[in-house]
Amino acid sequence: MFLFVVFALIALAAAVGVITSRKPVYSALFLLLNFATLAALYIMVEAQFLAAVQIIVYAGAVIVLFLFVVMLIGGGELDDIGGRNKKFLARLTWPRGIALVLGLGLLVAVGYGLLSGQLMTATNDAAAFGQGSVQAIAAVLYTDYALPFELASILLLVGMIGAVALAQPPKKD
Amino acid sequence: MVPTSYFLILSALLFTIGTLGVLVRRNVLIIFMSVEMMLNAVNLSFAALARHFLDLNGQIFMLMVMVVAAAEVAVGLAIVMAVIRNKDTTNIEDVNLLKG
Amino acid sequence: MLDYAWLMLLFPALGTLIISLFGTRLGKRAVSILAPAMVFLSFVVAVAAFVSLLGLPVDERSREVTLWRWMVVGNFSVDAALLLDQLSITMALAVTCVGFLIHVYSAGYMHDDERVPRYFAFLNLFILAMLTLVLANNYLLLFVGWEGVGLVSYLLIGFWFEKPAAADAGKKAFIVNRVGDFGLLLAIMFIWTGIGSLRFADVFALAPQVWPAGSAVVGAVTLLMLLASTGKSAQIPLYVWLPDAMEGPTPVSALIHAATMVTAGVYMIARSAVLFDLAPASGNWVAWVGVLTAFFAGTIALTQTDLKRILAYSTVSQLGFMFIAVGVGAYAAGIFHLVTHAFFKALLFLSAGSVMHALNGELDIRKMGNLRVKLPTTYWTFLVGAAALAGIPLFSGFFSKDAILFAAFEKQLPVWIIGVITAFITALYSFRMVFVTFWGQERDRRLFNHAHESPRVVTIPLIILAVGAVLTGYIGLPAISAIDGWLAPAFHPAGAAAETHSVALELILLVVSGLIALAGVFAAYQAYMVDPDLPKRVRASLGRVGRLVENKYYIDEIYDMFVVNPLRDLGGWLGGVFDRRGIDGAVNGLAGVTGWLGAQARRLQTGMVGLYALAMLFGAVALLAWLATR
Repeated sequence: MFLFVVFALIALAAAVGVITSRKPVYSALFLLLNFATLAALYIMVEAQFLAAVQIIVYAGAVIVLFLFVVMLIGGGELDDIGGRNKKFLARLTWPRGIALVLGLGLLVAVGYGLLSGQLMTATNDAAAFGQGSVQAIAAVLYTDYALPFELASILLLVGMIGAVALAQPPKKD
Repeated sequence: MVPTSYFLILSALLFTIGTLGVLVRRNVLIIFMSVEMMLNAVNLSFAALARHFLDLNGQIFMLMVMVVAAAEVAVGLAIVMAVIRNKDTTNIEDVNLLKG
Repeated sequence: MLDYAWLMLLFPALGTLIISLFGTRLGKRAVSILAPAMVFLSFVVAVAAFVSLLGLPVDERSREVTLWRWMVVGNFSVDAALLLDQLSITMALAVTCVGFLIHVYSAGYMHDDERVPRYFAFLNLFILAMLTLVLANNYLLLFVGWEGVGLVSYLLIGFWFEKPAAADAGKKAFIVNRVGDFGLLLAIMFIWTGIGSLRFADVFALAPQVWPAGSAVVGAVTLLMLLASTGKSAQIPLYVWLPDAMEGPTPVSALIHAATMVTAGVYMIARSAVLFDLAPASGNWVAWVGVLTAFFAGTIALTQTDLKRILAYSTVSQLGFMFIAVGVGAYAAGIFHLVTHAFFKALLFLSAGSVMHALNGELDIRKMGNLRVKLPTTYWTFLVGAAALAGIPLFSGFFSKDAILFAAFEKQLPVWIIGVITAFITALYSFRMVFVTFWGQERDRRLFNHAHESPRVVTIPLIILAVGAVLTGYIGLPAISAIDGWLAPAFHPAGAAAETHSVALELILLVVSGLIALAGVFAAYQAYMVDPDLPKRVRASLGRVGRLVENKYYIDEIYDMFVVNPLRDLGGWLGGVFDRRGIDGAVNGLAGVTGWLGAQARRLQTGMVGLYALAMLFGAVALLAWLATR
C-alpha cells in the first residue's frame, strides 16, 4: 500500500508537470517519469510483461521520438500558458475556465461511473492470477488473438510507411 | 493488496489531467504528450480490472492499445514535422485549414 | 380438333415473334410470305374447328379449352382458356379469312415501304390479339385482347409516324379508346364483385339469379359495356377517332378500322346477350346510340370528298346498324351484318387502296372520274362492294341490313324509320363514290394518264373478297336464316324458344328496303351523273344545316373546345405554373433553406482544434453524466 501511494503521487506530480512545463523538453522528461511509475504500478497488478513493454515502447521508443522532435524544432520556452509573471487568474481565459470545469466534471463522472459498481471490494487476490507472465500472455495472444496480433503488425508497418512518407521533404518542382 | 478502486481513481485523475493538458495547452507537442498520458491512464484501469476479474483479455487489450499508440505517435509526429515545415509553427491556433 | 384450337393463336404469335426478332434479317420477301402463311394456317385451324363444331349435336356446340391457370389471387382465379362456340368460331372465321386476304393484299401494297417487317409483325400481332378477344372464355382475357387490338391499332395508325397527322391520329385513337376501356374495366369489376367469376359460362348462368331483371347493377354493367363499345366500335360520342384513323396504311384501315377490330364492341354486346336481356333499358340505349350514329355518320359521309374518309364514316354508320341489331335483341342479325360488313367493307377499302395506289396516293374524289376505263378490275370489285353496302338486292348487305331493320321494325318503330332513312343515305353516298370516281369525265388529266391497274397480288384478294361480299349474304336468307339458327344457342344458353316471324311481313319489308336502296342509287345517278348542279342546289337550299353537316357537325371542334383545350390548358398550367412555381419552388426553397442553414453552420467550423476537443469533452461528460445518473 505504501508503494502504491508513493508511485501514485509521483505519477500525478509527473502528469501535472507534463502539462505545466514551459519547455517541451521538460514535459517530455516528466512524461518519461510518468510512464516509468506506471510501469511500476503495472507490476503491482500482476502485469509484469506489460510493464516491460511499457518501459521498452513508451519510455524507450516514444519518449525518444518526442525528444528527437523537440531537438529538431528547438527547445525554446513556450508562452502558451501565459506570461511567466502573470497571476493565475489572469491566465484563466474563458476557454480554460470551461476546460477546467469540464475536466472536473469528467473526473466526477468517470469516478462515479467506475466506483458505482462493486469495485470497492478488495482485490481477488487469487494465486492463480500470478500469471501476467510472458507464457500466460503468449498462450492467449498466439491462439485466440492470433489474427488481431497479425493485424497489429500490419498496422505498425502502415504507420511506419506513413511516417516515412510524411516526413519526406516536399519535392521541388 | 491495494484495492482495485484505488487504481481506478488514480486512472481517472491521470486521465483528467491529460484531458486538461489537451484543452489548455496550444503547443502541438505538449498536446500530443497529454494524449499519450490519457492512453496510459486507460491502460492502467485495464490492468487493474484484468487483475480484479482474473481475466487476461484486459492485458491483451493493453497490448493492442500500445501498438496503436506507437503507430499513432510515429504518424502524428511525422505530421507535426510536416506542419512545422510548412507553417513554421507548433501552435495549433495558427493551424486552422479546416475553417469553414 | 377443338382441343387444338389454341393453334389458331399460336401461328400469329409465332409470326409476330419471328418477324419482330429476325424480320429485317429475313428480308421483305420472306416476311411477306411468312406473315400471310401464318394467318392462313390460323384460318385452316378455324375452318377445321368450325367443321368439327358442326359435327356435334346442337347442345354440345360449346367447348372450353383451358390452356393454363392464368392467375390466382385469393378466391379470384382466372384461366387462360378459350371458348369455342358458334359465336366465337364465326368471328374467328371472319377474322382469319379477311385477315388472310388483307395480309396477301398488303404484301403487294406495302411492297415499297421500308418498314415491311415491322408492318407485318404488327399485323400478325393484331390477328393474335383479335383472336384472343373473340376466343376468350372470360371477361379478363377478352379485355387482354381488347387492349391488344387497341395497342396494335395505335401502332398501325401511326405507322407512318414521320407524318405528324398520322402520329396525332394514333394518339387520338388511343386516348379516345382509353375512355371506353375504362368503362369495360369498371364493368368487369362490377361483374366480379357481383357474381364472383369472370368466366362467361358462370356469369351468364348466375346473372339472372344474382341480378333481377332491370336492376340497377346490371343496368350499370351493361351501360359501362356500351361505353366501352362506343369507344372501340366508334359510336356516338366516341366515334371521332375512326375517321382520323385513315391516316394509317389502307390495308390497316380495311382490316382493323373496318372489318374486324371496330366490330369488337358489337361482338362483346352480343356475347353479353344474357346481361343485356336483363337490362332492357340498356338495350334501348344501345339501339338509339346505334341509329343516331348511323344517321349522323351517313350524312357526314355524304359531304366528304376524301375516298377513305367517306368509307370511314360509312363504317361508323354501318357499325351503328349493328348496334341497332344488338340493341333490339337481334344478336344474330347483328353478327350477320358484322360478317357481311367485314367482307364488303374490307373489299371497299382495299379497292380504294388500289385506286389510291393507281393515282399516286390521291384520295380526293373530285380529282377522279372515268377510272373504270383504267382500272377495270378495281372498278368491278368496288362496284360489288358499293352494291353490298348500299343494300342492292341480292348482294350481302341487302340481306343483313334487312334482317336488322326487320328486327327494329318489330321492337322499335322510330328506330326503324330513322334506319330506313339512313339506308337511303347509305345507298346515296355509296353510289356517289362509284359515279364520281369511276364514271363521268376524268377531271385531272395528269392523274388519269398516270393511272394503272394494280398487280395481281392486289387484285386477287379483291376478287375473292368480292365473291365473299356477294355470297355471305346467302347464309342469312330470310325464311332459311341459317345463321340465325346457328348462332341462337350462343346467345341464349338456356335454350329460349326461337321466335317465329311472320314471313309475309319480312318479305314485304325486304321489298321495301330493296326499293329504298334502288331509290338511293337512282338519286345518286340523278345528282352526280345527270344533273351535276343538283348537289349544289340542295346544299344551297339547306343553308345552315348543310354547312353544319359539311363540317361534320363541328363535333371535333366541340371536343376541342370542351375537352381537349381545357385539358391542354390544365396541362399547361400544371406544367408551367404549378410544376415550376409550386413543386420546383418547394424543392428549390428547401435547397435554399438548407444552403442558408449550411452557411450559418459553417461558422461553427472554426478550424480551432482546441474548440473541437472542448466540444468533444463536453459531449463525453454529458454522456457519462447521463449514463451515471440513469
